[in-house]
Amino acid sequence: MLTLFASFLSQLTQTLLVVLIAPLMLGWVGQCRAWLQNRSGPGLLQPYRVLFKLFDKEALLAHNASVVFRSAPYIQFGCMVLAASVVPIVETNLLFAPAADVIALVGVFALARVFSALAAMDVGTSFGSLGARREMLVASLSEPALLMVFFTPLLIVQSSSLNVIVDTLAHREFALYPSLAFAAVAFIMVLLAENARIPIDNPATHLELTMIHEALVLEYSGRYLALIEWATAIKFTTYCAIGIALFAPWGIAGAGAWQTLPAAIVALIVKLGIIGLGLALLETISAKMRIFRAPEFLGMAFMLAALGMLTRLLLGA
Amino acid sequence: MYPFDAAPLDLILGVVLFWLLIGVAGVLRARSMRFVSRVLFPMGAAGALALMLVALVSVRAETITVVLPLGLPDLPFHLRLDALSAFFVALVGAVAFGISLFSVGYFRRGEGALPGLLCFQYHVFLASMVMVMLADDAYLFMVAWETMALSSYFLVTTSHRIAEIRRAGFLYLLVAHIGAIALLLCFGVMHGEAGQYTFDSLRSSELSTFWASTAFLLALFGFGAKAGLLPLHVWLPEAHPAAPSPVSALMSGVMLKTAIYGLLRVTFDLLSTQIWWWGAVALVLGLLTALFGVMFAAVQSDMKRLLAYSSIENIGIIIAGVGLAIIFHAYNNPHLAALALVATLYHCLNHAFFKSLLFLGTGSVLHATNERSLGKLGGLIRNMPWVAGFSLVGALAIAGLPPLNGFVSEWLLLQAFLFSPGLPNPYLNMLVPLGSAALVLAAALSGYVMVKFYGVIFLGQYREPTMHEAHDAGPWERAGLAWFAFGCIALGLFPMAIILLLDHVTLPLVNFTLSAAISGNSWLLFAPVAAERASYGPLLFLLGIVGTVLVTFFVVRGFYHGRTRRGAPWDCGFPEQTARMQDTAEGFGQPITQIFEPFFRIRRQMPDPFSRKPVYEKSNEDRLWYWLYLPIARAHERIASWIGILQHGRIHLYLLYSFVTLLALLFFVR
Amino acid sequence: MSTMPMSVQLINLMAALMLLIAFAMLAQRRILSLIYLFAWQGAVLAVNSLIVAWYTGHNELYLSAFFTVLLKVIVLPVALLYLIRKLNITWDVETLINIPTTLFAGIILVVFAFNLALPISQLAGTITRGTLGIAIAVVLLAFLMMITRRKAVPQVIGFLAMENGLFFAATSATYGMPMVVELGILLDVMVGILILGIFFFQVREAFDSLDLKHMEKLKESGE
Repeated sequence: MLTLFASFLSQLTQTLLVVLIAPLMLGWVGQCRAWLQNRSGPGLLQPYRVLFKLFDKEALLAHNASVVFRSAPYIQFGCMVLAASVVPIVETNLLFAPAADVIALVGVFALARVFSALAAMDVGTSFGSLGARREMLVASLSEPALLMVFFTPLLIVQSSSLNVIVDTLAHREFALYPSLAFAAVAFIMVLLAENARIPIDNPATHLELTMIHEALVLEYSGRYLALIEWATAIKFTTYCAIGIALFAPWGIAGAGAWQTLPAAIVALIVKLGIIGLGLALLETISAKMRIFRAPEFLGMAFMLAALGMLTRLLLGA
Repeated sequence: MYPFDAAPLDLILGVVLFWLLIGVAGVLRARSMRFVSRVLFPMGAAGALALMLVALVSVRAETITVVLPLGLPDLPFHLRLDALSAFFVALVGAVAFGISLFSVGYFRRGEGALPGLLCFQYHVFLASMVMVMLADDAYLFMVAWETMALSSYFLVTTSHRIAEIRRAGFLYLLVAHIGAIALLLCFGVMHGEAGQYTFDSLRSSELSTFWASTAFLLALFGFGAKAGLLPLHVWLPEAHPAAPSPVSALMSGVMLKTAIYGLLRVTFDLLSTQIWWWGAVALVLGLLTALFGVMFAAVQSDMKRLLAYSSIENIGIIIAGVGLAIIFHAYNNPHLAALALVATLYHCLNHAFFKSLLFLGTGSVLHATNERSLGKLGGLIRNMPWVAGFSLVGALAIAGLPPLNGFVSEWLLLQAFLFSPGLPNPYLNMLVPLGSAALVLAAALSGYVMVKFYGVIFLGQYREPTMHEAHDAGPWERAGLAWFAFGCIALGLFPMAIILLLDHVTLPLVNFTLSAAISGNSWLLFAPVAAERASYGPLLFLLGIVGTVLVTFFVVRGFYHGRTRRGAPWDCGFPEQTARMQDTAEGFGQPITQIFEPFFRIRRQMPDPFSRKPVYEKSNEDRLWYWLYLPIARAHERIASWIGILQHGRIHLYLLYSFVTLLALLFFVR
Repeated sequence: MSTMPMSVQLINLMAALMLLIAFAMLAQRRILSLIYLFAWQGAVLAVNSLIVAWYTGHNELYLSAFFTVLLKVIVLPVALLYLIRKLNITWDVETLINIPTTLFAGIILVVFAFNLALPISQLAGTITRGTLGIAIAVVLLAFLMMITRRKAVPQVIGFLAMENGLFFAATSATYGMPMVVELGILLDVMVGILILGIFFFQVREAFDSLDLKHMEKLKESGE
């Protein structure tokens, strides 16, 4: 009973942690980008301000918006919170972790995505449905690559549960894994595509024709938009957390190892900071691609991940 | 459980007989719509429910065999009810129950054939499918198989006054018979030296590797033709849209599964050995079929054709699962073979439920709007909230989203794929994981297809003004839809119960039960291999999402406000928006044709720049028609024209042919 | 799980990098990047020779690494850069087949190569045995690149990358070829490049382009 309670507590704190720091993560990336581009930037807390403002505003709905439109933001938010609660970030003793392995995690993201696409089609404007179509397309192409990315750590650890992967990879002697490096690069490419970042999509664009994600949410306002923005931030942070869990799990505390918790939290902050900086750098030096270059980009990610798997099978490394 | 041995089989035969009687009753009062729809179809549904329950119980029971004193002299009908056939009979019952309920409200006067005739064909179709599952000799199997093909042919051509539908029916019958010939040959090969065509003697016949492989390939061809395996899929997208929606649902939901049943029966039961490359062939063909189906589904603009292609995709996934099971079984890895087989059977069940649901949903839409083209529908969620709601469940399930049922089987299959690197064959080791990527691509694209399907039909604005008058489905139709929607949810939330059931089916086929391997499974979680390997908890999953949604909702309401205002959507700076400016089904297809261009044979007709009425046309055709079917048809016609030389129309010449034949025979027989 | 010795890990890393660069070349559209990638491949090859030399004590491999750096990282790339600047062909490479299809074909080739090498590497006793499959894959991928490119310069780079793969195979299978053979090959490559350079200029003189489809005119029964 006590262990159940402990894992419940751990679960609650970790989930809340991700949910609360997610906007900060976006703020950090934005700030790094501003620095790299010689701008002063809006500050780390800007996403929070945006959320507060949006929550406070009145929600404006189209005349013909149906229940799908109104429920989709909540479902998206719920899915993302669930996803965040499955990924171990500071400790592996998670109550919800057995509910979903990495594949089910992909399923959660897909559920959220399908709802957002359906909601975008609900009002029946051209851009919403354009965005829906593009979002689904990019996702369909990135999912095979993502599965291939998962294959390599799966082969090493013989498990698709994130908890077990972290437990195994984090607590053993150091070894070079070129196959994991391949998978990691592929994962970053998938991360960029799935989270609507440059070079697949530009979150700061104002041109409807080039939008993917922003076109999806064009009709949303007020609290609905706030929930979607927040869910997007959680998704981004969760992806980063998955990346950490698969490729850099050092420092994540094992189940019940309370004394290593402070170190784990520091490690998490440092790692997230580095990832944010790296992504900002990547986004600064690359330009957005045409939408029909996206298959090539994701094909490359797929190939890298497949190479990782093959090197693992051949070299055992 | 039963007072005497053969009871479950007797009950099932009783239902079959009952269905046949209903059919006969329908013929007797063929013109009375009221009698047929309000009395006969509900009775049929009750029979189906009873069938399902009996079959579910007998999945766990002992195998029962019976010899019926019917059929030809010296060739009595052998029947057998084991776990595999009981499972598929239960599937027939479950699907037939929902579809019969729906049909009560669906069939209207003046649509095609007489209601009583329709009722007769429908129930004969159901009965023949059950007999296919029960058959224990090749003779009865083929009789039931042909009855099934013929009755479904008549059902497809219900609206036989339309030439296109007659053509679709002919194509269906043609492919069905080519498949049936392959099956006959297959049984002939397996028969070998043994004297009898009962499945028992087929089981015991010792085949060399060559002949066993031949038998397997013939079975794959024959059953593949029925299931819609590439390249024998061409009839599916023609026949399904032609048939009335309940019939499409029945054909897609159940009839395709009889082919899977047959394939499993021949491969795992009748043939004593399995060779790994059989599995590789099935796997490759299955994955290709899946990709092909989903890509063509993405470019369709007729809602029933779209679903037909989606059926091809799902059959591809199922056959890939069978292939994987054969590979594991051939390499003597019963645990993984059981896993792959369970995933396959689970997907059969899932597909039966969600595809029936969606086909019935299109039926309701068709009745409400008289429109099948996606280019004219739209916005129906406002007029048809019930149908829209149930269809949403189906669409999410077929897109393989948790926590619904489509996800469970795909998850299980992926788990089986994830194990493939342990195989002793290095090529398979490296290539099968790549195959899993194809599976994921197909699953992800099916999400794309379903967003298109649902979004274009039910969401957005009315594309035609007539959509305003659409009305929701009646109570009987809703009941049928609700049954399938309930099934999709229940199958998704309680996978453990289904797997425990499926264990009884896989045990005799691969000598392994998944439940034996793991003990830590509970209702909340299930881990098909080992708890630390992978686990999935759909209930926890649902709980997590619903809980968060509720908490969020009340927190947002509590801390802020629920104020909303209705306004016009953002017009993008272009004020003259009409409903025709919405994204279309063709628009959804465009990126797919662009990215996967080699799959399609695309024909574009560009408008003349000076034309007053510019016309733009684009069609995406199936390359296989041009590569395979048309050459064969042409060659066939050429041969036929040669043979046509023999035909003169004069009686005495024909008599001469007979005379010469007779002489030749007498000479050779002597 | 058991950890492999450091030497094997490092060599595996180099092998993986070789493979990665070979794939990157296959995916690359720009000639300039192609040349840089080729230089990187040479560098990885040299580092690999150094590692093998360090761990096995085959001293002549140091010399081989030195030559590799000299020739493949400095001389040849510089020569190629000079060439394309002279010929003014820095733009995109045209491919015969689109890139994703090429990459997929590449993956299938890698699977084939790995399986080809599997029985051999199980027999070999060298510490580098696992890398033979990668070496074969690099050769095949370079070959594939030559097939799918339309212009002459990428084909030459493909040829050179193929030689890199062979060299890598030699190092991994037998700790390098005898010095004489190795020097001979290097010389061959030099002469080959020289001839090809002259050939480029001649082709351009004759056709005003380096597109190899013009060579199709050279068959017997032409117009």
